[in-house]
This record gives sequence, structure tokens and C-alpha cells, in this order.
Amino acid sequence: MEKINKVLLLGSGALKIGEAGEFDYSGAQALKALREEGVQTVLINPNIATVQTSDGMADKIYFLPVTPYFVERVIEKERPDGILLAFGGQTALNCGVELETSGVLERYRVRVLGTPVRAIMDTEDRELFVERLNEIGVNTIKSDAVESVEDALRVANELGYPVIVRAAYALGGLGSGFCDNDTELAALVEKALSFSPQVLVEKSLKGWKEVEYEVVRDRFDNCITVCNMENFDPLGIHTGESIVVAPSQTLSNDDYHFLRSIAIKIVRHVGIVGECNVQYAYDPASMDYRVIEVNARLSRSSALASKATGYPLAFVAAKLALGYGLFDLRNSVTQCTSAFFEPALDYVVVKIPRWDLGKFHGVDRHIGSSMKSVGEVMAIGRTFEEAIQKGLRMIGQGMHGFVENKELSIEDLDRALSEPTDRRIFAIAKAMTHGYSVDRIHELTKIDRWFLYKLRNIIDTSAELEKFNSPDDLPEPLFRLAKQQGFSDFQIARSIYKEVLNKDTDLCMSAVRTRRKELGILPVVKQIDTLAAEYPAATNYLYLTYNGTTNDVDYKGDHRSVVVLGSGAYRIGSSVEFDWCSVNALLTARKEGYRSVMINYNPETVSTDYDICDRLYFDELTYERVMDILELENPHGVILSVGGQIPNNLATRLDAAHVNILGTSATSIDRAEDRHKFSAMLDTLGIDQPRWRELTDFDDIEEFVAEVGFPVLVRPSYVLSGAAMNVCANDDELHRFLKLAANVSKKHPVVVSQFIQNAKEIEMDAVAENGEIKAYAISEHIEFAGVHSGDATIQFPPQKLYVETMRRIKKVSAKIARELNISGPFNIQFLAKNNDIKVIECNLRASRSFPFVSKVLKINFIDLATRIMLGQHVEKPSKSAFDLDYVGVKASQFSFSRLGGADPVLGVDMASTGEVGCLGDDTNEAVLKALLAVGMRIPHRAVLLSTGTAKQKADMLDAAHLLHKAGLTIYATGGTCQYLNENGIPAVRVYWPSTPDQQPQAIDLLHNKQVDLVVNMPKNFTGTELSNGQKIRRAAVDLNIPLLTNPRLATAFIRAFTALPVDDIEIKSWDEY
Amino acid sequence: MQASKKAVLTLQDGTTFKGYSFGYEGPAAGEVVFNTAMTGYPESLTDPSYEGQILVTTFPQLGNYGVPPSGGEDTLQDHYEGSRIHCRAIIAQDYAFHHSHWLADRSLAQWLKEEKIPGIYGIDTRALTKHLRQHGSMLGKISIEGYPEVDFYDPNAENLIALTSCKEAVVYNEFGEAPAPLTLPLAPDVKGRKTVVLVDCGIKHNIIRCLVRRGVRVVRVPWDYDFTGLPYDGLFISNGPGNPDFATVTVENIRKAMERKTPICGICMGNQLLAKAATAKTYKLKYGHRSHNQPVRRAGTNQCFVTSQNHGFAVDTNTLPEDWEALFINMNDGTNEGIRHRSLPFFSAQFHPEASSGPRDTEFLFDEFIALL
Repeated sequence: MEKINKVLLLGSGALKIGEAGEFDYSGAQALKALREEGVQTVLINPNIATVQTSDGMADKIYFLPVTPYFVERVIEKERPDGILLAFGGQTALNCGVELETSGVLERYRVRVLGTPVRAIMDTEDRELFVERLNEIGVNTIKSDAVESVEDALRVANELGYPVIVRAAYALGGLGSGFCDNDTELAALVEKALSFSPQVLVEKSLKGWKEVEYEVVRDRFDNCITVCNMENFDPLGIHTGESIVVAPSQTLSNDDYHFLRSIAIKIVRHVGIVGECNVQYAYDPASMDYRVIEVNARLSRSSALASKATGYPLAFVAAKLALGYGLFDLRNSVTQCTSAFFEPALDYVVVKIPRWDLGKFHGVDRHIGSSMKSVGEVMAIGRTFEEAIQKGLRMIGQGMHGFVENKELSIEDLDRALSEPTDRRIFAIAKAMTHGYSVDRIHELTKIDRWFLYKLRNIIDTSAELEKFNSPDDLPEPLFRLAKQQGFSDFQIARSIYKEVLNKDTDLCMSAVRTRRKELGILPVVKQIDTLAAEYPAATNYLYLTYNGTTNDVDYKGDHRSVVVLGSGAYRIGSSVEFDWCSVNALLTARKEGYRSVMINYNPETVSTDYDICDRLYFDELTYERVMDILELENPHGVILSVGGQIPNNLATRLDAAHVNILGTSATSIDRAEDRHKFSAMLDTLGIDQPRWRELTDFDDIEEFVAEVGFPVLVRPSYVLSGAAMNVCANDDELHRFLKLAANVSKKHPVVVSQFIQNAKEIEMDAVAENGEIKAYAISEHIEFAGVHSGDATIQFPPQKLYVETMRRIKKVSAKIARELNISGPFNIQFLAKNNDIKVIECNLRASRSFPFVSKVLKINFIDLATRIMLGQHVEKPSKSAFDLDYVGVKASQFSFSRLGGADPVLGVDMASTGEVGCLGDDTNEAVLKALLAVGMRIPHRAVLLSTGTAKQKADMLDAAHLLHKAGLTIYATGGTCQYLNENGIPAVRVYWPSTPDQQPQAIDLLHNKQVDLVVNMPKNFTGTELSNGQKIRRAAVDLNIPLLTNPRLATAFIRAFTALPVDDIEIKSWDEY
Repeated sequence: MQASKKAVLTLQDGTTFKGYSFGYEGPAAGEVVFNTAMTGYPESLTDPSYEGQILVTTFPQLGNYGVPPSGGEDTLQDHYEGSRIHCRAIIAQDYAFHHSHWLADRSLAQWLKEEKIPGIYGIDTRALTKHLRQHGSMLGKISIEGYPEVDFYDPNAENLIALTSCKEAVVYNEFGEAPAPLTLPLAPDVKGRKTVVLVDCGIKHNIIRCLVRRGVRVVRVPWDYDFTGLPYDGLFISNGPGNPDFATVTVENIRKAMERKTPICGICMGNQLLAKAATAKTYKLKYGHRSHNQPVRRAGTNQCFVTSQNHGFAVDTNTLPEDWEALFINMNDGTNEGIRHRSLPFFSAQFHPEASSGPRDTEFLFDEFIALL
């Protein structure tokens, strides 16, 4: 075993659909394993919000795009001995394969550690894959690789429809789908070929079970399967879109070990060293199977398997990559047994995806072979019923479990069952209450009857509960059974109180809780110990269940623990940044001598890694469950301000229950959260805000609009469909939006605010102690206000703010901090126009940009905030610490390519799924790195411009000049073309889809790959404009051509790449700034 | 709600666990042991090594895939490991009143009722397991609401091997159509078929299947049968329940057989009896190894295997004579997992290479044995 001194690890970049937080977790584990061995580590990952890119995680951290170009330049500089490709998802894997095939790795003598590239290629290239598996007589799905639409049609007609199409070398099933006929196939294959040179057409096995195994192999050929998992949703739905259960529930011993043996055979034959995932389609009526795919890397499933079993897959895989054998390693949970073993679970794990499809205009809600979900939750119970009901609450979409939810309106129930959408599970609940039999639902969904019978149990129990009208009448066995089946106190309250519940929810709930405690129906705490209690384990990895009689852990009751509430499922608007905040709060609490306790249920996170805290409760963040835990823990206090909005929302109720909330008081939190209270406070303090009003009928709305003028921002409190917020520029739009999308009434008021155009948006992230600001970061959006702050491109420190604006922002922030007596993190958003500033929002918690500003400034805001919340007095960092000679730019990652039909235009509602943050010596350098890191590419041939309104056209004129000077051909639609020509910029006129007879057609340019950048801005919200623009934008996304839809961002990007050749970008690690 | 009768498990030390009955309604008693396997209840229930024991499954959901049909013959079942249920009772956290599997022809509850075996659910099996781990396997009894109680029963006081072994010899893969006398000198047929004498100490049927599948003629004999006079190419000693000390006759026979120097292989009880024949000692483990995830290492190599295990006694490696050595070692607790003779073709494994239930990674040991013949 050659000594390895320095290892390069590739991260996965921004979070996107199909590649999310799981790779922060696996990369962080790998880094930990390497450091334990004294190996120097170099990390490339532009995702600045991750835990792995934190100070002390790696020796050198580069916030650079994970592309062959940049990785080669880092290799040239750092000269590592080895490289790890398996910990950064498909992004890292693809990048590594390219570096190997282009000879870069050989040139710099960099060894690929772990699974060799040859093996990776065998599993990634479909034809090689089938060939390799044929060699050992393992069945694969009969498919043909094609490189043209004609070949695809021929193959499909040979196989017979339905067929499934997959793009090779693509992550999360991108470009994949089912086709029932030639037309559907031709459309899909064209799209898929734009992502991948090769497309596979294969016979569909819809309705078969989908089962996966996580296999580990060392270089001595020792193999274990750490976990198997079974999809609740049968084949046809991507495993990332499926409800997944671990371990398998419907497989017999023969089934289980038959598939396990094949998985091991494959892994040995392919030559994996480290971790690997094998996915099967399994016939529900025989032992016939097909291997669907093999992932020669850590994956979403492996992260889930790690959390589901307590087996640290990524950590072990990294050790094996260094040359260890499994027999050399200990089981890190028991500390006394070997890492060569297979975990035995004595609980059931259910993973449920979290979708945010409601946020997108026009998106297709059907789920299938391509991923659309943005996050996931993992629920643990000792029955399937308990786990699934927990999970359905955890996904946070207003559901209370499987039953006792708001009645879902479903037009065609049969269709909702047979053509799955993100809400199918609730369609099943509805069908069951409407008398559908298990067999009928099975026929329509092909979901195994076992799962359906279990769901039926929940329905039956709820029917039993509904026979009673008061908790005192409820028989103890039924009450207990309901809790054992995962019913929350709320569900029980709703089933017995019915409509009465709505009148006084708190009273009803507390009656249920009180009665439950009187009956002694209490949850118990169990450990996840990997060996089902066979060996004593000092593990701190815990969950709560009603299926048990004794606690596994003892409680000291010494008030020396601090409970941190995590952020739950990743979703649009709340993602890895809050995981970074949570982890840092835990670390500081521990450093300050407290036992750190985490509550969270997101399997993609580092905060749910049991060695990051003293106790991990992998459980719900509901009031009920948090109180259960606090009553057991008796902590010193609870931190609510680092996990985003979910914990923040619990403030008032926890305060009422006399919980010690650390930091800013619940009353202050309420004053900032409640729109009316906050507005009144600003008025008293003499702080300006955009005018707004909460209104309940059309006349009042029109009257208010007449006062403030268009455009206005409209926020309905009840949304029928589509996005929750919209900007309306005229009466027509206002009426259309309010009629189509919202329901205005006394019960459902609408908030209408004045919308200030061409204003700058500025963020203030800060930490205060007893109302005095200790550290702050002011950053500016590159886009004008109107783009959600989560989608905007942000630069810090600000480069173009007036000194006077900065001064005013500091002053106003200080006033607010003082008034609310803030102790801890907070964030204020401002609008600025000509030095006038207005406050638009204030959150008394850490914001999305905390890791970004902390890392750019090199001052850990969460560490400061946590110390303050623990009652310490902190000194202000010296003034010079805020004086930076470099710039940080945070750019957003969009996943529109996954969301078929969605209009990829940015608005007031957030749409991005992730972000990156890059550093540069000036704005141009930072912008260029950041945008390349979110998938932009520098155009070399031609650009298609349609630049919207007259104002936007004028804004873009300089950029158009630069494009022309750079020698790029400019294609432009009517108005834009005319404007450019009038201003002396040659442009070729192209035509909109609404005039199909005219040539050349803009869309054709895209299909023929004649342009390599599209800049497209909607002029207004009229039907034709939207539809024309949407077709172009959608085509750009579907054909994988970089798209920009904001004039200021487009200008910044064009300016950056025309001013700075990529080769002139300096390769500097974080510590070199 | 299920209208299930209340059921109580009472342990020898007075501890009680309350649950509900789902199987046969009647009392039972035996030694309470836990198994951490996540699948394989039909195999475990019919495994003769569980004779006299009350099985606690740590996997919380039981009965999910029902029960496969009884197929084949009593001497060799298609889907079971024995001709009947050997456990005295089975205990789980939760029971699936509706099962789902294409092969199942009835539910676990139905089968338990047919075979008069109680089943209990609603028990905190993790708490029970921890209790057994801390205090060791102990006797227990089950009482069901409305039925009389029974006394504790200690299966270890009894010769369970004799109880579960076949009563007369059976031949599989016979040379010709008609059964031949066992003492007939070996006249290998055209296929060169070898003969293996298989000593049944309470055998799991998959051992028979594994041998038969490899084309050898198998002569299965009762545990106390004097096979030393029979012609054979190899000797195989099966698994079996309880204390190896009861099998003195078998140990004597093995000792005699060792003089022939023909290959000998043993599994589980077979490992312990072979060790005893080699003059080594065995002892009772605190709570035994019963699971599908026991890691073993081939002594002196980097080869490791995940194994299926079910035993309460173990061989004391330190008592092995000079010419014997450990073949496999448990990677968790260092206990013996197999032995071999340093020069003669004798070896055995404490774990179950025939699996069923459990991982099949060590089935190659059958090939190694056959290759020696």
C-alpha cells in the first residue's frame, strides 16, 4: 500500500434536483476519515453553504466549479497523490471520468482511490454494463442504446410499447421517461440526446417491485450489504420520487438473499472498492428479476442507508479507498464490534420525498422516472403505520399524517391512483375512506397489498376513534393503538372533536394530551444501535416510539444540555444553509461545556450525523414531539433560531409551555413575524416601509391600488393553484391573478403591497447581544428588487452602494435590534432607491445567507450568536475584519430542466434549489466563477437575445456591444433586433413561435444548436408574450442551452466573460484570500 | 381493532411482558432466546435447533409474507427446514394480520394454530432482548387469557438431539431405482457418484439440499447410529439443538471414524461434536449467537464472511489439541467459529454455510468438502 499524503476530493456543487444535501454528508464523512489518517485534504466545491466547506473540514478549500477545466488547474497547483470521485455525486464522477480519459490524471500522477475509473465506466455506459453483467449471467433490462431518434423508433417498435427512455451519464434520471407511442418517444429522445450522446430504449416493467441493496467491498474482496430497501411505489417511479422503506418488508428470506447474493456477485465482478448501490426490478409473482442500475459511488440511497442503519457508509468507503480492509475497521456505533457486518434493524424506516411543484407555473405534477422532488424526510418507527404517519407530517405540506387531513379535492380518483402525482398517498387515503378495497387500489396502483393493508389499519383506527366525542370516553387500548399507529394528538383531537376542534384547537389538543398522560400512554426513546440490541452500544442516535415500554437511555436532569431544533426537509427556500447553521450551533454549545442535542429528520444532512452532537433525536419537529423530548431532556434551553422557519414557528407555543428559549424572546419573534405588529413598530420607530394593506374584497383592493399605483405585489393567504405571490402591473393582470389563483374573502384576505421598481435590494445579516449589534454583513443583490432574495445573485461586500445608503441601513438595523432586544442571529431585507431605504422583511433567526457572509468574512456568525444565546458576553470583531480586498458572489442554481413544463422565469416566489458562493479579486472574477459553477457556459458562437421592455433593452445595450466586440453572432427577435440595429449593433432577425410562417424561427436555432446562450426577458405578462417567451425559455432549458432571464444578471455575466478570459482566473484557495 | 386475547410472557426471574395472542391459544414453556434476523421466520420456526425454545424476533414486524406451502416430503421439505415447527412459541412487536406474497398459501397465524404453537405480539422485544442480553438466556412461559398456566420447562435438561433426529436411515440420490442395503460395498455408478454419511443430530433440510444438489449420494442416519461399519467417501455431521454433552455416542462414533482418515465435515452442533471427538471442550454462551449478520474471519487470512448463526454453545479454542487449529473466528467476540485438523481432511464450521435463513456467502464450504472426497 503506497503512502498517500495528499488527496483531492470533488464535491457536487450547488444543490439541485437529483443531487442534493446527501453529498455534503458523504463528503464531510470522507474528509473526516482522511484527516483521521493524517492525510492532507484538498476540497473543490463551490457550494459555500455546506458543512464540508467549513473551516477545519479540509486543509485547502477551493470554491470553484467542479468541471474538468478547474479541477485540472487545482491539480496543477496542489499536486495531490490521490483523488476521490465517489463522494460528490454524478457531478464529481463525470468530471473524474473526463479527467481520466483525457489523460490529466496520468499526466499529474494522480491516483484514483477506491473504485477504479474502468469500473465506473462499466456501470455508467449502458452497453458495457449489460455486457459485463451478461458475463456473469445476471439479468438486465433488455434495452438498446441509440444515438438518433430514428433508431429509437425502430427499437421501440421491436420491443413493443410501453418503453422507457434513459439518458446515459445522467443524474437522477434526467431526460428519462415512459413512452406509449411514436410521437411521445420522438419528443423525449430528442430532448434526452441534448443531455447525453446516447439514449437507451428499453421494455417497461411497470408494476414490478423496486428493491435496492447497498454493498460495500474492500480490496481484499470482502463484501457486505449494509442495507436493503424496498420502494412502496412500484417500478416506474424513480427511487428518488418513491416512498422507500428499509429494510424490505415484503421479501421472504429467499427473495432477500437471492437478490443479496446477486448484488455481491456484481460488485465483485465489476471490481468496486468502496460503496456501491444495486437496483433491481423484481417480479411480484415469481423470482424473476432485472438489474436496473448499479451506482459505483455514494448516492442518495447510500446516505439514506447510512441514516437508516447507523452504518457510516461514506466514512468506511473513504477508509477502504485508502487501502484498509473492512476487518481493520470498528463498528463506530458499538465501538466494540467489527465494521465487517450487516446491520440488523429492529425498527422500520420510511423515506418520503418532498416536492415543491406548487411553486411553479405550468409544471406537470405527475411523477415518474425522472426526479422532481427537492428534498426528503426519514421517519423511524416500530411499525410501518407509525413510521409513515410520522413521515407524512414531516414533509411539511400541511398534512397531519395519513388521515384526519383537510379533504383533498380530486376529480377522478381512479386516475389519481393509476397516474401518480406528488399527492398519490393522499389519494389512497381518500379512496379507502370512499370504500375502495385493498384489491381495487392494488389493481390501480400496483402497490404491494402489504403496504395497503397497513394503511387500511390506520383508516380503520380513525373510524373507531370517530365513534367517540371526548378523550375521556376513549378506551385505553384504542387510544394506545392510535398512538402506536403514529396518530398525533392533533389527529386524535380532530377525529373525536370533529368541527369543534376548529373553534378552540389549543383547548381540544391539551385535553387530548392531558388525558393521554393520565392513561400513561407515553412514547419511549429507543436507540439505533446497528445490532438490534445484541451487543451493548453507547449510541446517542435516538428516536421515539409508542411501540415499546422502556427507554434505552437515562436522563440526568442536570439542565446541562442545549437542544437545537433543525430545519427539516430541504425544500425551496430552506436548505443546506440551515444545516450549516445547526451544525455550528451544536459545535459551539459543546465547546461551551453543554451537551448538545439535535432534533431533525432530514437524512441528507450533517446535523443528523450522530457524532456531530451528544444526542441526536431523529424525530419530528412538531410541538407535540419537541415537548415530548424536552420533558425527557430537561435541558438548559432550546435554540430555535438556526433551523429556518420551522423551529421559529414554534416559538410562541413553546414559550407558553414555559420552555427556556435561548436568545431573542418569543414575544420579539412574534413582533417581527406578525405583519401588523411589525408594521406598527416600524411606524413608531420612524422607519420607512413599502405601503401595504390586508384586504378582503375587490373594491378595497382597487381603492388601495389607486392610492399607491401599479405595479403591486399581491400575496393571497389561500392559494388555489400556482405560485403564492405575484406582481401585477395593471388592472387586467390583477383581476386575472386574483380570480384564477386566489380566493379573496373575509376568511382569506389578500396582502397587497406597493412594488417599487428598479430598486436595489440589500440584505443585512447580523448578530446582536441584548439589542446591540455585534457583527453584521451588508450585501447587495445584482438583480433589482422583484427577484426573490433566494433566487437573486448576491455580492458581498457590496460594490455599488452609496456610503450614505450603508450608513442608513446600519442605523435602521441598530434601531430594530434595540427595539426587539435581539440576542442572536437576525436578518433584515431592505429596498434602496436614491438613498431612500425601506424595510421589507425582518427575521429574528439565521437567514439563508449566514454561511455565505460568515465564510466570506471569515467570522463565524453562528458561533458568535450561539455564545450570546448561551449568555456569554462577546466582543465586537475589530473594524478591520470587515475591510475586505476581495469579493464574494452567491449565485443560484435552478433545476428547471427537471420540472417539465415549468416556465423558467424568475419572480417574487423562490424557484432555485441551491446556490454556490465564489470569491474573486473583483466582481467580474467572482461573478464568472459563480455562474460557471451553476452551469452557465461561456458562448463561443452565437447568442439569442430578446430583451423585453424598452427599459430592459436599454439596460442590455452595453452588454450587446460587448458580445458583438467579442465576435459573437447576435440573433434577436423583432423589437430587440430593430433596437440593436438602430444602435449600430449588427443582429440577425429571428421569429417567435407565434409567427410560424416566418423564417428563421428562434426555436430552430436552439434545436440546431446554433446558439450557445439565450437571454430572454418577458416584456409583460400578456398571454402571447408569456407563451412565446416560455416556449423559447423552455426549449433552452430542455435542450441544455444556458439561459438568463434578468437584464442585470445577464449584463454582469457578459461583462465578466468578455473582460476576463477564463485562463486569467487565478486559482486561489479560501485561505489565500 | 383486532379482538385478540391478552397474553403474558413470564420469565424465570419473575419479569413479565404483556401482549396479545395471534397464534394458537394455549400455554407454552421453554428457553427464551432472541434472533436479530430480519427475514426467515418460516425457516427459523422449523429449524430443529430451536427445539424447546421460545423465539423472540427483534425485527418488529412479523408475518409480512405469510407462509409458503408445505411441499415435498417429511424427510425433505421444499420450503421448510424440518417437518414441523420446533419452536415452542414466537414473540414479536407487531404482527401483520394481512400478509402478501405470491408463494404464501396461508398466514403465519393459521400455521401456528395448525401446529398448536402460540404467538404473541405487542411486546417490547427490544426491551426483552436487552434483558436476555444482560441476564443471559432464561426459561420462560406463556399464558393466554382464559387458559391454564404451565410450569417452566428446561429443554437443556433433555436430550434434544435424540428428540429431533430421524429415527431410521434415509438415502437421497440413491445409486439406482430401488433402495440398496446401506452396508453394500460402494460401487460408484457411471456418474462416479460419491457417498456421504450424514449424521442427523436435528438436521436442517437445507444441508441435505446442499449435498444432494452437489450430486453425492447421501445416507442420512440417526444421531446414535453406528455408521463406522458403513462404506462411505465422506462423513458429515449436522447441526442440532441443545447441549452437545448429550451426544456422547455420536462423539465416540466420530472418534472412530477419524481413524479412517476419510474427509469429515461438521456444521454447528457438528463443529462441537467434532471438537469433542478431538478432545476439546465446549461451553454455554451467555445468550448465544442467533442472527444473520455474524462476521467471521478465516484464521490467518484477510477473508471475512457474513454468516447465519444459531447456537447457544461454543467450542473452547484453547482446549484444542496440538494437531488441530481454529479455522474461523468470530470478529465480534473472538469465539470459535470452526476448526480443522492440521494434516487430515477434517474441518467444521460453527455457523451455517447452508444458510436458510440468512446469507449464502459460505456455501462454498460444501464445495470444499466435496472436493476432498
